[in-house]
Amino acid sequence: MKHVDEYRDSALARVLVDGIRQVADRPFKFMEVCGSHTVAIFKSGIRDLLPRNISLISGPGCPVCVTSVEDIDKAAAIAGMDGVVLATFGDMVRVPGSRVSLQKAKADGADVRVVYSPFDALKLAQSDPSRKVVFLAAGFETTSPAVAATLGRAIEAGVKNFLLLSVHKTIPGAMRALLDTPELGLDGFICPGHVSTIIGTAPYRFIADEYRRAAVVSGFEPLDILQSTLMLIEQIREGRPSVEIQYRRAVSEEGNPVARGVLGRYFEASDANWRGIGVIPGSGLKLKTEYAAYDAERVLDIKIGESRETRGCICGMVLKGIKNPPECRLFGKACTPETPVGACMVSFEGSCAAYYKYGAR
Amino acid sequence: MCIGIPGRIIKIDGRMATVDVGGAMRNIALDLIEDASPGDYIIAHAGFAIHKVDEEEAIKTLNMIREITGSVEDYDAAF
Repeated sequence: MKHVDEYRDSALARVLVDGIRQVADRPFKFMEVCGSHTVAIFKSGIRDLLPRNISLISGPGCPVCVTSVEDIDKAAAIAGMDGVVLATFGDMVRVPGSRVSLQKAKADGADVRVVYSPFDALKLAQSDPSRKVVFLAAGFETTSPAVAATLGRAIEAGVKNFLLLSVHKTIPGAMRALLDTPELGLDGFICPGHVSTIIGTAPYRFIADEYRRAAVVSGFEPLDILQSTLMLIEQIREGRPSVEIQYRRAVSEEGNPVARGVLGRYFEASDANWRGIGVIPGSGLKLKTEYAAYDAERVLDIKIGESRETRGCICGMVLKGIKNPPECRLFGKACTPETPVGACMVSFEGSCAAYYKYGAR
Repeated sequence: MCIGIPGRIIKIDGRMATVDVGGAMRNIALDLIEDASPGDYIIAHAGFAIHKVDEEEAIKTLNMIREITGSVEDYDAAF
């Protein structure tokens, strides 16, 4: 068993689709919160397989896409400082800021490095103690424990030139904000798989308890997503909204307490500004005061002008699922993956990039 | 960005493991999981193992799908 191919059996997929067809007796609208789900759904053609009365809409679950313009401006300002290296994950360098992206800052002479793991940023710091290495830490609960563990290793090794600019965000608060958006009219959520690996199911309970909506934590293969869709419909039809796990091989009710322990040692909740959505209370993570020496915002004198959003871009409404990417007048014209105007076109997991790549309408 | 890739631990050296991810050998940190041993499947994300794949649950999920779809053949631990 390789935990991949087994979940791509097309004959089984067809039977699951038939099962969905039989129970889908009214329109259902579900949101896949996670960008990896969006890509999986497009790639496997699930949207075209499902009956027309089932709509799957993409949510705000791409950390690159929801990084605010202001945070990109801060990172670009840091990258331009003398004696500083700015390291971050690949797609982050292409996100437009008010004036420049990090990629443009690099072209203008700033030292910007792309890393695969926060560990690589720590290694950069260790290899050149004369310069400060600032890791622009983006990501949801899947990623933040890895960043926390890396900081732990930096402290252990006595590394003093490794700093974090935390733009981490947490998902459940954003889901609540979406449920409070009446025009969305969601019946339920396909909950993010690997975020749930860390947080478990308890943080989603409000979805069923307070909002009476369905929630299923799903895996990323076609059979996973189809089975999750069927489970969501059944929850609603049977009048028992709850939080169920389809992705049992990677998610348990309690999540990963070891990872949460490492995260909680260094980080605490803060308010966070989501691009296109605005400030969601308690949905960010900042370093605790005792680790201020590793916090780029506290150590460095970051000066930015007034940040401004890109004009004409409807990323905000796309991230909230209110509009589909092709409804944007920039989509596929001024805004393409080669020349992204909005953040959702930058990451390959962004809704706009997925619609563009797979030619969806 | 929350991509997690399943891989199998080949060997462990302190808090680092050599993991076979679809045929490529990767160095993966074990700071975020407990009780990992060579042979275990893990989910790797950003250079860290974030979960030990539960083989039994994986088989249960596949069997559940097979049950819904009326397929008789069961997956078993031999996979």
